[in-house]
Amino acid sequence: MSATAQAVSREESPLPGGAGSGLYGWVATVDHKRIGILYLLTTLVFFVLGGVEALLMRIQLVRPNNTFLSPDAFGQMFTMHGTTMIFLVVMPVLIGLANYLVPLMIGARDMAFPRLNALSFWLLPCGGFLLHYSLLAGGAPAVGWFSYAPLSETPYASTSGVDYWTLSLLILGIGSVAASINLIATILTRRAPGLTMQRLPLFVWMVFVNSFLVILALPALNSAIVMLFIDRHLGTHFFAPAQGGSAVLWQHFFWAFGHPEVYIMALPAFGIISEVVPVFARRPIFGYEFVAASTVAIALLSFGVWAHHMFAVGLGHPMDLFFSATSMLIAVPTGVKVFAWSATLWGGAIRLTTAMLFAVAFLIQFTIGGLSGITFAVVPIDWQVTGTYYLVAHFHYVLFGGTFFAVFAGIYYWFPKITGRLLSERLGKVNFWMALIGFNTAFFVQHFLGLMGMARRVYTYPDLPGWGLLNLISTVGAFLLGAAVLVLLWNIVVSLRHGRLAGDNPWQAWTLEWATTSPPPAQNFDRVPPIRSRRPLWDLAHPENPDPPVGGRAARDGFVVEKNRVGMVSFLITESAFFLMLILAYLYYNSHGMSGPAPESLLNAQRTGLYTLCLLASSLTVWLAEQQLRAGKTVAFRWLLGLTMGLGGVFLFGQGREYFRIFHAGVLVNSNLFATTFFTLTGFHGLHVGVGLVALLILMGLAGAGDFKSGRIEAVRSIGLYWHFVDAVWLVVFSVIYLKLLL
Amino acid sequence: MPTSFNPIFEPASAQTAAMAGLFELVLVICGVILAIVAGLVGTSLMRFRARPGAAEPRPCFGNRKLEMIWTAGPLLVVGWLFILTAKGMQQADPPANQTPDILVTGHQWWWEVRYLPGGEVTANEIHLSTGRKWLVRLASADVIHDFWVPELARKMQMIPGQTNQLWLEADAPGTYAGECAEYCGAQHAGMRLTVIAEPPSAFAAWLQNQAQPALGPVSATAASGLKLFQTMTCVNCHPLRGVVTGASVAPDLTHLASRHTLGAGVLALTETNLFRWLKNAQAGKPGCLMPDLKLTDAQARALVAYLETLQ
Repeated sequence: MSATAQAVSREESPLPGGAGSGLYGWVATVDHKRIGILYLLTTLVFFVLGGVEALLMRIQLVRPNNTFLSPDAFGQMFTMHGTTMIFLVVMPVLIGLANYLVPLMIGARDMAFPRLNALSFWLLPCGGFLLHYSLLAGGAPAVGWFSYAPLSETPYASTSGVDYWTLSLLILGIGSVAASINLIATILTRRAPGLTMQRLPLFVWMVFVNSFLVILALPALNSAIVMLFIDRHLGTHFFAPAQGGSAVLWQHFFWAFGHPEVYIMALPAFGIISEVVPVFARRPIFGYEFVAASTVAIALLSFGVWAHHMFAVGLGHPMDLFFSATSMLIAVPTGVKVFAWSATLWGGAIRLTTAMLFAVAFLIQFTIGGLSGITFAVVPIDWQVTGTYYLVAHFHYVLFGGTFFAVFAGIYYWFPKITGRLLSERLGKVNFWMALIGFNTAFFVQHFLGLMGMARRVYTYPDLPGWGLLNLISTVGAFLLGAAVLVLLWNIVVSLRHGRLAGDNPWQAWTLEWATTSPPPAQNFDRVPPIRSRRPLWDLAHPENPDPPVGGRAARDGFVVEKNRVGMVSFLITESAFFLMLILAYLYYNSHGMSGPAPESLLNAQRTGLYTLCLLASSLTVWLAEQQLRAGKTVAFRWLLGLTMGLGGVFLFGQGREYFRIFHAGVLVNSNLFATTFFTLTGFHGLHVGVGLVALLILMGLAGAGDFKSGRIEAVRSIGLYWHFVDAVWLVVFSVIYLKLLL
Repeated sequence: MPTSFNPIFEPASAQTAAMAGLFELVLVICGVILAIVAGLVGTSLMRFRARPGAAEPRPCFGNRKLEMIWTAGPLLVVGWLFILTAKGMQQADPPANQTPDILVTGHQWWWEVRYLPGGEVTANEIHLSTGRKWLVRLASADVIHDFWVPELARKMQMIPGQTNQLWLEADAPGTYAGECAEYCGAQHAGMRLTVIAEPPSAFAAWLQNQAQPALGPVSATAASGLKLFQTMTCVNCHPLRGVVTGASVAPDLTHLASRHTLGAGVLALTETNLFRWLKNAQAGKPGCLMPDLKLTDAQARALVAYLETLQ
């Protein structure tokens, strides 16, 4: 390379050594590669923290009647361990890998929304810091990572730990949703020419499907924790049974999030395995279409299995049977994947690099975890083993032995691309064997402990035959696993400095990220190779035997979408899910009679109906405004925007009057569950109207400053769509509350 | 704390026998599936290793027929499992349409046991007679607990604001251990239950005894112990029929000395443990709701003497 070219590429390199590599460069970056690295480094820190929390628990459990940790300290440890590992490690490490790799794998220059990407990242250390601050502020939450009510309500959880937990999860949830919206928009709108949806690498496809899971599942969590927070601070009783609330509703709402969440933690890992196994078996994935379709099947089914976490709640046999059926069904597409990966190995030329070792271990360990999961789907078995260490063993096999081993495989596979140097294979083998032995030692025996009757979340246990020995073995395994992680960290540190230079494609892999330098330049690609199949680099290397062109000679999909529209539609999907949960809560609590203030005596349907008409009219005016802008009439546009804002303001004024009247009648948010659900639902809607008004004001300002003259009015159309959404939600809310629809 | 090493697979009732049988069958099915996958993977690792210098294997993109087989096959297995599940649920948890026999209420961190219709009350121990099914109604006074006696019955949550029920029966006399299986706060680990199954005549005698109010104290020390019980804050929490009414938040002590454990299974019920408990309950069960009453040794001894009379 010429001296100038070298200087240019050094300046643009995202890694230490290039200009812009100072701290400010990293803090202010919007480059997806740097953001991906930031995600990975941050999750590493939380992984160590969460691991320490686990090891402290294992020390307490090493022998019966131990006194290393008090019961309350132990409760804080398992709550923090679960919350940290799920929200601060597994989810973000997968998002971080996706962030780094997806634009490269689709031949793009960056994500669709680079600044949103940076925001998504920074919400992670923010939320993580807030959660851990609880340790200094009266104690971490000690109610378990799923925080069952009423244990998490103020009388039983009187420190502010649960409040830090809810606020931090809200922040982290916003980050996850933003990252997923960004990934959807990127994958739909930023693919290189020739890369049709059918030719996507499986990692990208699974991340794509997974992103829809995130935007639909996180709102369920957000709605539940918002309601818990309101209970704790405004004296309401969503989940306080003594005053008419429902502890079971918390379980439904939480697991409506919680179950898709475990697939959110699995699908991208499946994607990693689907990349690693073919490359190191030297064969394309066996049955791409079935694997891709099974991903969609899993995503759809994952919303229909949540109550398998509730077989012991007493929902009744018909409900239990339904969820048993769906939970068993979801095993079928998962099995399709396991068989496909196994068949990819068959007849291949397997290279047992460290990445491949972790991937193979994943196959067996995930199968074990998946099979123990099937035993839970058989309801009478669940009635014995739920709430025991058999369950703890199950989810660690799928989440650690499965997902995290896949992450290890991904680290060994993509480290050379990210840093330009290979991780040491020698240290990698040591890392692998220690992790394999440590993990299985720690967790296999826990199946037996559960079958022997040891419940989960116990800070100690009696000296029964075999319990002490098996717990000791588990603790030893856990420490070995911890040591394995230290070896990985050491490998990373050493290889960053002395690792063998990787070159563009050290593994002779076939997807686009390997068609550029390691690490890639700032713009990712100087030139993207021609794409006619799922393995463009195989086609380049084997022109005499290319893969059959997928989808014929088509260079594009049949559809065209624009990124702002995709982003806004995805956002509206997630907001719809949030409002749906609040509406369901309203319907649930108001469908039986209750004492106290009632809608008939308090609400004024006619007046609110008038204000509703104003809001609907504002949808018309904002649409007219769009038409004027499209025709280039900026002044008319601004007037119509102003009218829209005025009508929206009138609506909010009307809401305010309604609220004032209700307060005047002595009714507050905690008066009864009608008041609570009324204020929560209309309050959040009003908030959305307010945010919409601010957005319209900004648009008006931008138009005044001369934006939108070139005819690129996508931002305006997107905000218009948001405004129509807010109106549509109001129509539903008005019908349910004022017109008593569905009640 | 199970009395058997392997309580789930040593069922002592018809319901748990159904669950255990089903579990054994499903484990075998899972074992076969694991063997198939491990076999495929293991064989591949042995037979299909890369050899240096060899050319790349010919690409194979799949085999539709095989993929359909490994979709349809598991579907059939799953269908079979579903039928087994439905049957198993009927056997393990048959429907109940009678009034309950026993009402068990979960508290942080003890079990309130109330017999219907007679109203006999005890705590942390359930006595049953063999040879019949008992319908247990479950409730909670505070947070969610989970009733679990692995040798005898399914798990069932005890949820405030809702009642659940399950069948409890024992094939043979014996002592069966249970525990709370849903995290309910600091002493979730210390919320253990004992179920004692007895032949009908022994059970009837026990129940009759439980129905009696407390006998008067027999010794002077015991009498001073009773005096202490009445004048210190014990009466605010602990029901003791014949001595105090109105208290409800702590275990009923009327027949404390007839029980086998203290603190819901945390300690054996001996004089020494009772003394230690009264002096410092927190040392035996940290976080439990019994306060430190700052008793002197003499006061504690008197109380122990009285409590020991509560057979």
